Amino acid sequence: MSKVFSEELLRSLPDANGHFGKFGGRYVSETLMPSLIQLEAQYKMLRDDPEFRKEFDRDLADYVGRPSPLYLASHLTKKVGGAKIYLKREDLNHTGAHKVNNTIGQALLAKHIGKPRVIAETGAGQHGVATATVAARLGLQCKVFMGAEDVKRQSLNVYRMKLLGAEVFPVESGTRTLKDAMNEALRDWVTNVDDTFYIIGTVAGPHPYPMLVRDFQSVIGREARQQVLEKEGRLPDALVACVGGGSNAIGLFYPFIGDESVKMYGVEAGGDGVETGRHAAPLCAGRPGVLHGNRTYLMEDENGQISDTHSVSAGLDYPGVGPEHAWLKDCGRAIYTSVTDQEALAAFRELTRVEGIMPALESSHAIAYAMKLAAGMSKDEIVVVNLSGRGDKDIHTIANIDGIHA
Amino acid sequence: MSRIKSVLGAAKANGRTALIPYITAGDPNPDITVSLMHALVAGGADIIELGVPFSDPMADGPVIQLACERALAHGTSLRNILAMVAKFREQNTETPLVLMGYLNPVEAMGYDVFASEAAKVGVDGVLIVDLPPEEAGEMAQLFEAAQLDSIFLLAPTSDAGRIKSICEVSTGYIYYVSVKGVTGSASLDVESVKTKLEEIRTYTDLPLGVGFGIKDAASAAAVGKYADGVIVGSALVNIIAANAKSPQLIANKLTALLQEMRQALDAS
Repeated sequence: MSKVFSEELLRSLPDANGHFGKFGGRYVSETLMPSLIQLEAQYKMLRDDPEFRKEFDRDLADYVGRPSPLYLASHLTKKVGGAKIYLKREDLNHTGAHKVNNTIGQALLAKHIGKPRVIAETGAGQHGVATATVAARLGLQCKVFMGAEDVKRQSLNVYRMKLLGAEVFPVESGTRTLKDAMNEALRDWVTNVDDTFYIIGTVAGPHPYPMLVRDFQSVIGREARQQVLEKEGRLPDALVACVGGGSNAIGLFYPFIGDESVKMYGVEAGGDGVETGRHAAPLCAGRPGVLHGNRTYLMEDENGQISDTHSVSAGLDYPGVGPEHAWLKDCGRAIYTSVTDQEALAAFRELTRVEGIMPALESSHAIAYAMKLAAGMSKDEIVVVNLSGRGDKDIHTIANIDGIHA
Repeated sequence: MSRIKSVLGAAKANGRTALIPYITAGDPNPDITVSLMHALVAGGADIIELGVPFSDPMADGPVIQLACERALAHGTSLRNILAMVAKFREQNTETPLVLMGYLNPVEAMGYDVFASEAAKVGVDGVLIVDLPPEEAGEMAQLFEAAQLDSIFLLAPTSDAGRIKSICEVSTGYIYYVSVKGVTGSASLDVESVKTKLEEIRTYTDLPLGVGFGIKDAASAAAVGKYADGVIVGSALVNIIAANAKSPQLIANKLTALLQEMRQALDAS
């Protein structure tokens, strides 16, 4: 794809109507429109408020434990035998993933706007746990929508949310996964719009969500950029992150967006293989459409009905993707690829054995691709991988695959 | 003059509240949708809203979600639905038809193809639930060129600025969503509907249809005092769901519920 972007353009998006090129926007029923417009205005005001920023930064430092380390995975690097592989350790955050960066931000927004109740959708449960956590801390009522299929495969996270005082609502409609959880959360929001703040967990949904989630997650890339400069005295050659909705990827990518020498790779869930049709890789194999309030790449049939997705990782099992990724793909600034379930599982085991770090199955997709990529690069080149979450939540899945029923 | 305009104009002139039933096309199976449409007309339908099923109906409650699932299980597509409209029009050229659904199936067909095909088979208006006027520019132009009415939603949350701008781009009628919630929601506050309709009327002379939460003759009559049209969806779809295994019973039951509503509207 030819490059048709400038740093100025990349940094200016979304435009006033929430568009990233032809993607993004605000495609919701009228009942929600006033709330979204109000949220955008309030966010833009608070974003520039030094007190709000200070409160957000303080929570990230003292509650989340930031900055997260940038770790040189020397054993993995040696084994792969190519570029140096650094891991951005979002798995070390409070609650075990990058998701909390955003929930801290949105819960502060909810508090400032004066909404006593928060709702969230969750796939793997990491965003649900991160939402339940901040809700517990701020004394907000919390309801988390989770596909019934995911409730089964992420039972540990369900229990964590309940311990934190959240109500977990198993969604039985549709494919009973993340997209259906998002439908149900939107239905709850439209019904309780007066007192409820919807904490969306990824860079999808109607404007301003893709923008504000990106802004809150950009702390990942800002830190990584500074850390790699300190350790190596130069920028990395490549960034790698997994992409479901794409919040950890955009968080890593965005602060590097103007650094043209830094290549960006988003890794989608290839499931059984993109060629089989059983996957969750809309950027690799989908086409533009409208779902959940924004225009983006989708997995759909020829009639515009959303397709079932397949991934070993619940957090990537989503038929859409954040609109900014759709735009970055089309304009050529980022490259999107996929790895299969099998490759991700192999990477999970590899990182666990050589570095003693157990990655989430979502993040294992990024590790798998980074290993392939680094192998073809020279030893003086640098790859930064977003290790977006830890793998404890996936131990049941891995054990089942190994025939162990814990 | 568009069919919608003349039908609603005549109703107003006669002091009648229009009755606007909704069913999901293809529910419980695509073969009987056209006969159900005729049954709605027999029950007194002034306009029919025909739902285009979508896999992810975010603005709908469980009743219409399940209707979408039943219709999609039979592979009902937007193209099939346009064929149903063409078939309906072989016997009925008077009753206005409005297609109601979500944007993505239309997007998959292509806006321009959809607009020209829909107009050709005899669709009169289109309501796309997740397409607010801010995003509807291109579509509205195509609809205007094809002489299709663009029907938009107003909601209890719409402020004066939005009411004004939505009234300006709407044609045919305006669909007022009577409650904050999804289709088939529980409680309907007639007083607040009355107040909001009065506010909307200061911006437009277009007819105002009211939907969401009208489930029986009594609620139809209560809202009908203030609205130009009452829109009934989930109550009819419930009948379809309850009789999905014996579809030959559905037509008469739909006709009967509408007749009851028609009588209640005329009596009040």
